[in-house]
Amino acid sequence: MTELPQAMIETATSAADWVLVLPIVLALMGAAALLVVRRSNGVPMLGAVLVIVGIIACEISLLLRVVSEGPLSMTMGKWLPPFGISLTADLLGAAFALAAAVVTLIVVLYAEIDRDGNDSGDGFHSMVLLLLAGVTGSFLTGDLFNLYVWFEVMLIASFGLIVSGGTPLQLDGAVKYGFLNFLATTLFLLALGLTYGLLGTLNMADIIRVAPEANRAAITGIAALLLLAFGMKAAAFPLNAWLPASYHTPSAAVSALFAGLLTKVGAYALLRSQVALLPDSRDLLEPVLAVLAIATLVIAPLGAIAETQLRRAIGFFVIGGIGAILAGLSMPNVIGIAGAGIYIFHAILAMTALYMVVGLVEVRTGARDTRQMGGLYAASAPLSILFFVLILAVAGVPPFLGFWPKLLLLEAGVMDAELGWVGTAMVVALVLNAILTLIAGTRLWAHIFWRNGPEGSPGSSEPMALVPPTPKVRMAFTVVGALVLGVVLLGLWPNPMIEVGQRAAADIIDPGRYIEAVGLAGGAS
Amino acid sequence: MNTVIFRTAAPLIVATMLVFSVYVCLRGHNEPGGGFIGGLIAAASIAVFGMASGVPAVRRALKVDPLAIAGFGVLLAGFAGLASLFIHAPFMTSIWMYLHLGETVVPLSTPMFFDIGVYCVVFGTLSAVALALESDEEEDL
Amino acid sequence: MDYVLAALVGVFVSLGVYLLLSRSVIRMLIGMTVLGNGVNLLIFTSGRVMREVAPIVPAGLEVPAGPIANPLPQALILTAIVIGFSMFSFLLVLAFRAYKSLDADNTDTMRLAEPENAPQPPLSY
Repeated sequence: MTELPQAMIETATSAADWVLVLPIVLALMGAAALLVVRRSNGVPMLGAVLVIVGIIACEISLLLRVVSEGPLSMTMGKWLPPFGISLTADLLGAAFALAAAVVTLIVVLYAEIDRDGNDSGDGFHSMVLLLLAGVTGSFLTGDLFNLYVWFEVMLIASFGLIVSGGTPLQLDGAVKYGFLNFLATTLFLLALGLTYGLLGTLNMADIIRVAPEANRAAITGIAALLLLAFGMKAAAFPLNAWLPASYHTPSAAVSALFAGLLTKVGAYALLRSQVALLPDSRDLLEPVLAVLAIATLVIAPLGAIAETQLRRAIGFFVIGGIGAILAGLSMPNVIGIAGAGIYIFHAILAMTALYMVVGLVEVRTGARDTRQMGGLYAASAPLSILFFVLILAVAGVPPFLGFWPKLLLLEAGVMDAELGWVGTAMVVALVLNAILTLIAGTRLWAHIFWRNGPEGSPGSSEPMALVPPTPKVRMAFTVVGALVLGVVLLGLWPNPMIEVGQRAAADIIDPGRYIEAVGLAGGAS
Repeated sequence: MNTVIFRTAAPLIVATMLVFSVYVCLRGHNEPGGGFIGGLIAAASIAVFGMASGVPAVRRALKVDPLAIAGFGVLLAGFAGLASLFIHAPFMTSIWMYLHLGETVVPLSTPMFFDIGVYCVVFGTLSAVALALESDEEEDL
Repeated sequence: MDYVLAALVGVFVSLGVYLLLSRSVIRMLIGMTVLGNGVNLLIFTSGRVMREVAPIVPAGLEVPAGPIANPLPQALILTAIVIGFSMFSFLLVLAFRAYKSLDADNTDTMRLAEPENAPQPPLSY
């Protein structure tokens, strides 16, 4: 027998490393198990809650471990990387995965207001878990093709969720959502094929290692394709048309889940690919990123100002948030990347909460258009406070959560003299975005809560007749309130978050620890 | 499709295809074949059965909801991957066991269970799709 | 051979993009499929095309007897085909349902989610 080069891992794997795999496996197997029992009343909801609590427990221990020991990696099937598929968690991925699981738990509890407690077997909880599996997998994977697979898992679950109910409005939104997102993943696959042809590897750590030696022009082409594909998933400005066309069509719970998770995965993939994987492409692409960021930052809140349909207006806030993340990407120093990372974390929590509050407003007023709303403050002051706090958090008013990442982004723009015009322009755009978002948000608030009645009603009339809250609505209010409380508390004590964010950004910019964790540092390939 | 010839021949075709699908699934470890293609063949047989004798008859014959079979498949594949937790190896590492039955040796392995899981997933989802498309009334998946 | 395949990828992708620019949903669907096939062909080509045998280890050996084809692009394409097929079938059913309930195969007339005559934004506040 000839001497074979080593291809298998010989050392034993510690059982503690399994916290990396368990969140994904639990979510997938949970989705499957709930599919089997989907017609038993009450079981799917209870099962989903239990599974997500288990996932959160795993992800907390994963995050603690990554904080103390650095990135954690496991390569499937005992193959040596880059032959096997690696799952790799660094600070960024682990923190986002945890945030995603937490908001999914809140959404599952909240979704009960749309459900009559009679599980007809529509598989809602099963698809929510499948979506969570896709999102968690995207955050924790260390392999580009595996990322594509998780994108598709996420996409198929979101297809199921967006059409469940099957009203013509939903079908209309789903056609646009479906085609454009499928096109985005196909473009991603195109870039993958070119990457494999050029570098001969799809393992992220291996790409970081071998990309600097490859043809610069080809790398830039691949990075541009990835920017197009992920920009479409993230709804960055010229490619954002699908988001306001589809996010308001499903139920509020599904909208909230999408707003919190889907575009953020796209933004995370942008961060990973443009900053960590292919930094050589930046000479040409940096101005493009900067222009996209500025356009997204300025145009999105204008869309929100012009919109009367409440959930569509909120959709433009989601897009504006993507602009802030892009701003961080176009200023690739530690502070800018930390700002982008913390902004993604903030947006996962805040956008989900905002959509859920909007859902409660819709339930109480029975309307979807702000012109038919008014005077809600008199009936439900707590609801108006939640809405207002979230608007301030999204706009980035201190001391709420959204302020800190934006402060970091401003600091990155001001401090780094190398950035030149990009830094200055970005500072202007960020401040403009904050002001416009504040105008749009407070105007929505004034229309829904503050004025006496719906549009056209005389000023002295009675407040509009509201739908009285059912016990389910009260429970939904409580869980949303808990999430908002979390957003407020994180905003009041931001220090640990900022510190973790800066360490995560340092790991992204200097990926030595990441490569070492995967086991490719030795240089033998 | 309701010709006598087709209705008479259908059970025979369905039975042959089902047996063949299991054969294709099991030979998949060392030869061309495997759970995916086996599941496709089995789902095709269900589609043929549905055309010949109608969707309600197929649902009665299956006894279990096709999507539940798919869910079971994912669970089986997941457990096959999780088994390597007990030998201190990464997720999805294969474990082999050889059963000595007199003269013959039957190799059992976790990849085989994974493959059977894939078979169930493909069979379950595609049968559900086929039955939904064949039935006349509107049916959600 | 590589050049022929590369040219073919170009033809597939441009045909797919052309069809996607159409207003008819069914044409867009066909365009997606053509585009997906072009991308699969691209992955196949980027794995280097060779006149080698299938990557299967013969019985009794630990390594393949001679040179073999690169198995990784095949695995990638298989995965991509399966995913692309499921997406395609979902979109097909969706297009059919949308056709039945919206009575529209033309994206210009699908304006339910984004009404054509959207009201002017209110001027108060």
